[in-house]
Amino acid sequence: MGKKVLLDYGSGGKASQRLISELFLKYLGNERLNRLDDAAFLTNLDGPLAMSTDSYTVDPLFFPGGNIGSLAVHGTVNDVAMLGARPMFLSCAFIIEEGLEMEVLEEIVASMGEAAKKSGVEIVTGDTKVVPKGAVDKIFINTTGIGQIVANPAPSGHRAKPGDVIIVSGSMGDHGLAILSHRQGIAFDSNVESDSAPLNHLVLKLVQEIPDIHVLRDPTRGGLATTLNEIAQQSQVECLIFEDKIPIREEVKGGCSFLGLDPLYLANEGKLICILPENQAEKALEIMRSDPLAQECAIIGQVSDERPGKVVLETGLGGHRLLDMLEGEQLPRIC
Amino acid sequence: MNLHDGLKDPKLCRNVLRQIEAEVDEQFRFMEVCGTHTVAIFQSGLRSILPDKIIHLSGPGCPVCVTHEREVAAYLELAEKEDAIIATFGDLMRVPGPDKKNLKDAQAEGARIKVVYSAFDALKVAMENPQDKVVFLGIGFETTAPTIAATLKVAKEQGINNFYVLSFHKLVPPALKALVQDKEIKVEGFLLPGHVSTIIGLEPYKFLAQEYNIPAVISGFEPLDILQAILMMLRQKNNHEAKVTNNYKRAVADIGNPKARQVMDEVFEVVDTFWRGIGVIPQSGLGLNRDYERFDALKAFNLTLPDVAPIAGCRCGDVLKGKVRPDECPLFKKACSPASPVGPCMVSTEGSCAAYFKYMVE
Repeated sequence: MGKKVLLDYGSGGKASQRLISELFLKYLGNERLNRLDDAAFLTNLDGPLAMSTDSYTVDPLFFPGGNIGSLAVHGTVNDVAMLGARPMFLSCAFIIEEGLEMEVLEEIVASMGEAAKKSGVEIVTGDTKVVPKGAVDKIFINTTGIGQIVANPAPSGHRAKPGDVIIVSGSMGDHGLAILSHRQGIAFDSNVESDSAPLNHLVLKLVQEIPDIHVLRDPTRGGLATTLNEIAQQSQVECLIFEDKIPIREEVKGGCSFLGLDPLYLANEGKLICILPENQAEKALEIMRSDPLAQECAIIGQVSDERPGKVVLETGLGGHRLLDMLEGEQLPRIC
Repeated sequence: MNLHDGLKDPKLCRNVLRQIEAEVDEQFRFMEVCGTHTVAIFQSGLRSILPDKIIHLSGPGCPVCVTHEREVAAYLELAEKEDAIIATFGDLMRVPGPDKKNLKDAQAEGARIKVVYSAFDALKVAMENPQDKVVFLGIGFETTAPTIAATLKVAKEQGINNFYVLSFHKLVPPALKALVQDKEIKVEGFLLPGHVSTIIGLEPYKFLAQEYNIPAVISGFEPLDILQAILMMLRQKNNHEAKVTNNYKRAVADIGNPKARQVMDEVFEVVDTFWRGIGVIPQSGLGLNRDYERFDALKAFNLTLPDVAPIAGCRCGDVLKGKVRPDECPLFKKACSPASPVGPCMVSTEGSCAAYFKYMVE
């Protein structure tokens, strides 16, 4: 039987130190983290800055296209980037259930190291807690990111303006369906992989070449529909989107139909929404198409002042319906 | 292009729509009897492009919506039993009981509830938890009843003695009969449910045309399916004729699925049952028969179906019967919203009040 995480590892004593040096520093180590001071000493940060934090709990921990570790890095890197920022430093805190296999923890930490390297960020400080069996579900990870804002002015959900166009960088719903189809108890198999990826390099190119980007958001939990509703409310505009322009993989459509879910509400972890003046749209698409993460980018809609705060979907038939926020989570239906 | 893309094709759909526009003379009131149709009609935007003279009503086709207040009270009572694990489809989690409490609240208070995708998943929960009693909430129509019956057969064969079903299944044709016998309801055509029909076929609906002179079409769920069905009903009305037609032959055989009906017959017996907003409809439900009595959660847990006072102001019953539109209910968008649903038509993803709330562009 493989080694398991014991309560001792969170004690702050020698066992904790062993875990830090033999596991965390092995995969995440860098000059700042290796100092092991109480706080990270940060340099090269000239304001204005963007900061974001998120906690990651996901079932299953490993899914096609990633795991909770890479997700915890990509998710926060992307959140920081969406302010038109260059993410630089991350903190990470683990809450681990006693009994988790060390192998599992190692694989998670290793993929966090890889994800950080790929994103070009350093994990500079962290924390580990081990809690008794049953107190958490296997492992929870919190990451906080800090980055330097490059865009001036910074994109924001408050800045969508009538006449703007709405672009997505690729297909919607892949992450959500990949997770659901591999969740225990759901007898459903699909080939869809999570799109979990760092978007900061793409964002940097976009904001450096197009200073007039009004909104950048990554449509994570709640999916495209929820994020657009947030933007519509923050900016008090209508977002009109065209159903047949929204890129959705056939496998995702099929899986959603089987499970009774709507792909527009499923989470994405490697896609962004970009809202900007129409005369800048082609340039944005060109930049996206030159990036491997945004090959399927598309203009999916436009901003107007008709119904402030609402998202309206024009269907393939030319009919219109609201695309409202979900009330709670999507649940499997009866028939 | 696959078949389904073709059935969504805007060009084809617009063709049929133009024919409908050309042939609709006076008002035509049609009702769909399936929650999935309700959602499909709204999601595809059909409702916003059909001519004003085509009046669309949503009938009692959402299994959650027709689950009677008494039945909701019974399963919430079950949730309080310490030795029970409830296994349910997700739709039921938010349906408020008599004191506004729902299964989500019960779960937060400690009730053990598992959301499952099938009755077999529920049986698996029972096999994994032999020390507990696992109860599957058997809600739904002829579509779901056969798989639940098949699950019970497996449970019986394998001698699993900690698995139960609370059977509140309902049958569609008796409800249609109750609707057409109500003089206040003026439905001129029925869009018949695709999923239910895969099991029961054409025969059980024939009374609609033969006895009540109402055209009815079994339809699929794609926009072209629905538009064609509306056109077929409209033409019959204009020609003063009535037929029951199967326009969903790619999924529904005229004779339905005899094997599925056989397994239902082996496990269930037809009983009188309560429908929300309609009341008792004779011979419209499925209870467990004598051979499967020991799986009956009502008996195993001594559950009663308590009298529950109707919710003041809630017109879900009239909505289900097509007597009022959801936005004609005094509670709509005021006391009743998806965030705080008063009645089941607002709770269910397939409920017509929720569809109006979620999809209607004002």
